[in-house]
Amino acid sequence: MAATPPEQRIWWNEPIERVELVWIFIAFLWGLFMFCFMIAWHFIGQQNLSKEAYRIVPSAYEQKVEKFAKQFQVREEQGIPVVKPKPGEDVYLLARLWQWWPVLELEKGQSYRIHLSSIDWMHGFSLQPTNINISVYPGYEHIISLTPTESGQFGIVCNEFCGIGHHTMTGKIYVTDKKQAEAGQRLAEQR
Amino acid sequence: MTAETVIGAVGRQAEFRTCQYTGLKVDAGAQALIKANAVAAVVFLAIGGLMGLLVALTRWPAVHLLPADWFYLILTGHGANVLLFWIIFFEIAVLYFASAVLLNCRLATPKLAWLGFVLMVVGALMTNVTVLQGDSSVMFTSYPPMQAKPNFYLGLVLFAVGALIGCGIFFATLVIAKEEGTYEGSMPLVTFGALTAAIIAVFTIASGAIILVPAWLWSLGLISDLDPLMYKVVWWAMGHSSQQINVSAHVSLWYLTGALLVGAKPLSEKVSRTAFLMYILFLQLASAHHLLAEPGLDASWKIVNTSYMMYLAVMGSMIHGLTVPGSIEAAQRRNGFNRGVFEWLRKAPWGHPAFAGMFLSLIFFGFIGGISGVVLGTEQLNVLMHNTIYVPGHFHGTVVAGTTLAFMGATYLVLPLIFQREIIWPKLAKIQPYLFGVGAAGISLFMMGAGTLGVARRHWDITFTDANLSFAYSAGAFLMMGLNGIFAVIAALGGITYVLVVVGTVLFGEKIKGGHKLTFPLHSGGGATASHYGSEGTIKLPGTIILVAIFFVCFVLYYFINWKYLSELWLFR
Repeated sequence: MAATPPEQRIWWNEPIERVELVWIFIAFLWGLFMFCFMIAWHFIGQQNLSKEAYRIVPSAYEQKVEKFAKQFQVREEQGIPVVKPKPGEDVYLLARLWQWWPVLELEKGQSYRIHLSSIDWMHGFSLQPTNINISVYPGYEHIISLTPTESGQFGIVCNEFCGIGHHTMTGKIYVTDKKQAEAGQRLAEQR
Repeated sequence: MTAETVIGAVGRQAEFRTCQYTGLKVDAGAQALIKANAVAAVVFLAIGGLMGLLVALTRWPAVHLLPADWFYLILTGHGANVLLFWIIFFEIAVLYFASAVLLNCRLATPKLAWLGFVLMVVGALMTNVTVLQGDSSVMFTSYPPMQAKPNFYLGLVLFAVGALIGCGIFFATLVIAKEEGTYEGSMPLVTFGALTAAIIAVFTIASGAIILVPAWLWSLGLISDLDPLMYKVVWWAMGHSSQQINVSAHVSLWYLTGALLVGAKPLSEKVSRTAFLMYILFLQLASAHHLLAEPGLDASWKIVNTSYMMYLAVMGSMIHGLTVPGSIEAAQRRNGFNRGVFEWLRKAPWGHPAFAGMFLSLIFFGFIGGISGVVLGTEQLNVLMHNTIYVPGHFHGTVVAGTTLAFMGATYLVLPLIFQREIIWPKLAKIQPYLFGVGAAGISLFMMGAGTLGVARRHWDITFTDANLSFAYSAGAFLMMGLNGIFAVIAALGGITYVLVVVGTVLFGEKIKGGHKLTFPLHSGGGATASHYGSEGTIKLPGTIILVAIFFVCFVLYYFINWKYLSELWLFR
């Protein structure tokens, strides 16, 4: 057991073992690859979070959402308006203690500009079972261009702790197929 | 200039004893402080661990133990007690050990160190009392606009000031050791690692002060409001960096344990030290890990920061992942276990709880905490798991199965060497790291599994019974949460065993006198190896190369599986 100090005591002057050198090289290249892959996904990938955001006074955002809901409301569910905006339109979703408001009805394959903001505390937009999770802040209006790729009923859960009613905070998004949507429209016109 | 003038105090006449097992000189003042900090650490681990069990039993759908208000209250306390108080008290003990004991030096200004200790105890109690009084169930992260009572923040600030004093004592002791020439050449690797931990701690505590002092003033009504996004950026400069203190500290303990138990020297000092330097240089960028799903932050900022500048800090950990088992393999081969590829590992001291704790910590930290951390911290992949229970899954892999297990292992060295008590119930002590390790690994994996299925973190009721709009997670998610509950019980049993053995040993363990043979012996040259500078040099490491190759394949596969999940999501930009 070498209790005596070695000859070279300045650690940065020591040689490096081959096995370590090879591993450092592999680790470095892998890190470089992962770094570049995040950049690459902005060009090759379809899932990149938008940075478009504006500061907004919470009450002003609330008014925008209410106006939007009134304009596009198609029915009501549990006292909450179900809102069906036109494809490509601006869509407003409000987070507050303790609900996501209103319920949205979107069309599969169509893109929407989804606005997200809170009027009280921080909330977590968690679209399930798709599993898209985005933080929602009071005072910041975050805009995401979202295109549903599957139809059906989706839940919105809150996954940022927001007080005693946190676990009751849910919302809903319906996604309809295009044909279904057209049939619904024809039905409405006939009436 | 002498050390006394540097630290502005008159040199104290320290009392030393010489350790019969390591040959190290131990300053009585340092020894008392190490004991006090270690005891405080275990007390807060017991409190926080019990709270953790209550949280896990509530999240076990079939048990659902606590009512909602108590659940959120206990969860807030759990975070503060284990993530801050247990770990930082233990780290202060590690700092005093790595400076005074390993360098054969007296500890700088023990009186000031006691002041720091008292501040930490007062702060920790203040925060605990405030949380238990209710009205401060804001979670450990305390994001505004949600507000806790002023004493919640004040307690944390006092605790941080005490810890900062501890770091200062550590630095001053290094200066004294250099001045008084208590060691030759470069300081030992373990002390070097502890130094990186202390430097990161200063950065961490400064960030904490920058955000918690305003939060305290805000809760007193002296500041009108705090921007939640700004708060989160600065808070995580404390919150995430404090986890990097843990990494530096427990990696140092891995090296220490290897040195003391099998006589392991680092393969090359230069590589291991450079890996520690990477932590100082890049780990503090990781605040961005918590901001990948936030509004308004630019992708280039996110990418540079979340990757610790091209994953250079991850590279640091990957280097330790080779050099720690590599140094053990080299030492074991030198000890005569040279047959085949894995005799060194089979014949390792698995019955010694310090070794078992250390090696399990190494494996779990790498495979569970490390890999999931990189995936979770990848800019786009984060959207799959942000704020789901995957996040606690990941950090229970790093902080519980990694740091806590390593600290538990190190305790089995502290008890005989510092408390000078023989470990009572050695059979219980032998199984303890395995029991706790299996439990901790289980909760990490099953929480990650549940998070992959969308389950929210910090959530009382995943059945949404009281929700206006109903929603149901998949049956698989419920299964995962149930398994998490079962493994939390196993981890709790391991934790209770740990506390029993520690308390029993400290109070009733046989006092160690000269000539006593330890139940869990050290390597004959362990003390000298741990306290001296020196590389192992050239040696073949076929076993370690295979282990590292397995790790790398798991890493790459899991990384790409998550990109595949991501590519199947709805489109957004």
